[in-house]
Amino acid sequence: MMRILRQQGWIAGLLVLFVLLFIAARVIQPSYGAGDFGSLVSAVLPFAFAVAAQTVVVIAGGIDLSVAAMMAVTSVTAAALMAGASEEFALLVVPFVLLMGFALGALNGILIVVTRVPDIVVTLATLFMLQGAALLILPAPGGGSADWLRSLIFGTVPLPVLPAAVTAWFPKALLLLVVLLCIVWIPLKRSRLGLSIYAIGSNELAAFRSGVPVARTKILAYAIGGLFGAMGGLSLTMSTGIGAPIPGPYLMASVAAVVLGGVVLGGGKGGLLGPIIAVFVLRLARTVLTLLAIDPNVTAIVEGTILVAVVMFGAFIAMRSRQS
Amino acid sequence: MATEPLLDATGVAKRYGAVAALKNASLTLRPGEVHALMGANGAGKSTLVKILTGAIPANAGRILVRGQERDIRSPAKARQAGLVPVYQEPSLIPDLDVLSNLRLTQTPVEPFRHWIKELGVPDLDLRDLARDVPLAIQRVLDLARALAVEPDVMLLDEMTAALPANLAERVLDVVKRQSQTGRSVIFISHRFVEIAALCDRATVLRDGATVGVVDIEPGIEEKIVELMLGAKVEKQRVAQKKATEGAAPVDGSTRIAVRNLKVGTKLQDVSFDLKDGEVAGVVALEGQGQDELFAALAGSIRPDGGTIEVDGKAVRFTHPVDAIEKGIAYVPGDRSEALAMQQSVRENIALPFSAAFRNWGPIAKRREDATVQSAIERLQIDTRAQREVQRLSGGNQQKVTIARWIAADARTLLCFDPTRGIDVGTKQEIYKLLRQLAGQGKSVLFYTSELEEVQLVCDRAIVIFGGKVVDVLPVEIADEPALTRAAYGLPRDAKADVGILAEPHAAPEAQP
Repeated sequence: MMRILRQQGWIAGLLVLFVLLFIAARVIQPSYGAGDFGSLVSAVLPFAFAVAAQTVVVIAGGIDLSVAAMMAVTSVTAAALMAGASEEFALLVVPFVLLMGFALGALNGILIVVTRVPDIVVTLATLFMLQGAALLILPAPGGGSADWLRSLIFGTVPLPVLPAAVTAWFPKALLLLVVLLCIVWIPLKRSRLGLSIYAIGSNELAAFRSGVPVARTKILAYAIGGLFGAMGGLSLTMSTGIGAPIPGPYLMASVAAVVLGGVVLGGGKGGLLGPIIAVFVLRLARTVLTLLAIDPNVTAIVEGTILVAVVMFGAFIAMRSRQS
Repeated sequence: MATEPLLDATGVAKRYGAVAALKNASLTLRPGEVHALMGANGAGKSTLVKILTGAIPANAGRILVRGQERDIRSPAKARQAGLVPVYQEPSLIPDLDVLSNLRLTQTPVEPFRHWIKELGVPDLDLRDLARDVPLAIQRVLDLARALAVEPDVMLLDEMTAALPANLAERVLDVVKRQSQTGRSVIFISHRFVEIAALCDRATVLRDGATVGVVDIEPGIEEKIVELMLGAKVEKQRVAQKKATEGAAPVDGSTRIAVRNLKVGTKLQDVSFDLKDGEVAGVVALEGQGQDELFAALAGSIRPDGGTIEVDGKAVRFTHPVDAIEKGIAYVPGDRSEALAMQQSVRENIALPFSAAFRNWGPIAKRREDATVQSAIERLQIDTRAQREVQRLSGGNQQKVTIARWIAADARTLLCFDPTRGIDVGTKQEIYKLLRQLAGQGKSVLFYTSELEEVQLVCDRAIVIFGGKVVDVLPVEIADEPALTRAAYGLPRDAKADVGILAEPHAAPEAQP
């Protein structure tokens, strides 16, 4: 019991923070309810995938600066391919784009492993390359999206046994997010690859000596990051119906949520749930500040302060518990 | 035909650029034997172990496992071939729990549980993070993990070094029994008592080559020491005379008094005095606590126990600046630790003493220049490459690290292997310089891994083994064989068999 509390304490804390923020939102604006929660979730969706991508890479001891550019390039690819095409064609586009994300992520990993250039430099370079590629594919926002894809994230999950007042709290976007993250993360976490990703992030030398194929594991970690990035790109196309070649503010947000979510920069520690809840917290905090009619520039300052304060607080708690 | 060897390595060589870490090593392992691998520091033991366990590839040589050539070019493949190492540093992943660590190496859990019980660690929760398990226990878990896969050959590198006595005894017992099942163990240890109690044969390395394979029998220590040193024993006689001239009789006042110093688990209990006008040598095998001793004296780590007195007053250093204020300066063997490599010679020399006479504000340029110039001249630093210290030769870099403290007028130098990897000529100059400093009443604590230096520079040699001072040799008798013997914890006059083989477990604790 104590162990569960210790391991999951961070996540519990984030959940409490989320609930407090939600209560704050309702206090400020009593009408804040299910519908607003739904739009929060759809707004969070691309952020959440960016965070998932960053989380895997950071746990493996790396960092991926190309996350947002990866989302842009996969988003415009999907939008360009689906523009004017049939509904069925989208069935091919989705796996193609996911594969593309996986391959581009793997490319990041291969460049890092083979050239031995630091990860931060390699992914910065691929950031520029992918940005350029996105603009080559679609010089301006455009393209299209299959209707069935779009319908996956709009509205709520119809659960016949429950009254509408309850199902209103289950937006489809949330279901999609949970299903997609679980499909990748749970098998990964239980596999030897998952262990190896934690191992190389925790102590690369010890992992090597334990027989972990370090280079291969690192490449796969970046590839899985790319896969999540592609999901993020697809979710962008799904929610807007078009592709936008200029990357959104997903890179910094992903790093912030990873740190806030209890994943240690440097690797080896943390999970996926923490960062995902953290990204919800960060977005909701922004909503609350907007509801308070605070200047958006001040909002950014407050967000930065929250980040430092929470991480400092966490380190403080960890230090105290180690001493006792 | 006799029983086929389990492992047969011949002509193994490894080069790092121009440096040959291993020239021609061979090792034959019979089934069911515990085989000691021995050699002085830098003889190539750890390189050979790394090659045999797939951590690094060899440049040449043939390695047969059960008579067949096997691919052992990665740790995973070496493991499959039946070669499982237990390294000196724990190789558990700190952020995974013990169970996940087992899964990572595909170690069966039940045999693991059995072995940790055998090894005397009954109450272990496999869900604990490896990080939270004490270091000594981590080593035992490493061993249990190796035992659980029932490897043909287990390589134990300094297995017992960090273990408390009761655990070490259990470990040795288990290893001994392991060999009775027909499996073999390669055992690396600096402790003759353990080797005597445990091993059947020993392979001795010197300068990257196998120089002998001996059966372990009473009285074999001398033979092994001889093999480890080789021709150096003869060479030593000449150097000895030269040293005694330089060594001035010491009757200065006590500069630093160290009493019962304890740091972490490595440095157990060290006491000695360093006097003004003296160069005291410190001799130890790798990892006997000398790093911690120097770090504590230099103020970069805080001791856990004992006292340090400087000029008769007890001090507690919390930062290197405290030590520097007392005139104690640390000269590391690794120059990159001490120098700002991209800065000029002048800036590097000026850094400590400029910091000393003023904290902030403009630097007194003229005064600085004069001091730097005199230090450069005094040490004859080749300043053609003034701009960047990194362009100087290793020897000249080392001179800069010493020059800066002379310029800062430090009264005590803590030199940690200062002649590592520099040319012979510069070494001589550094010896001369240290003697001169002593002549001026300064004191030097001088750790060296090259034992012949002791008689060239020092007034006496403090020998540390297992974190304790085991002997203090006057310079006249501190020749290489005597130092080696002492560094391995053997008694001073162990020419004949003095019966350490008879009481294997008692000896290490009995050392003063």
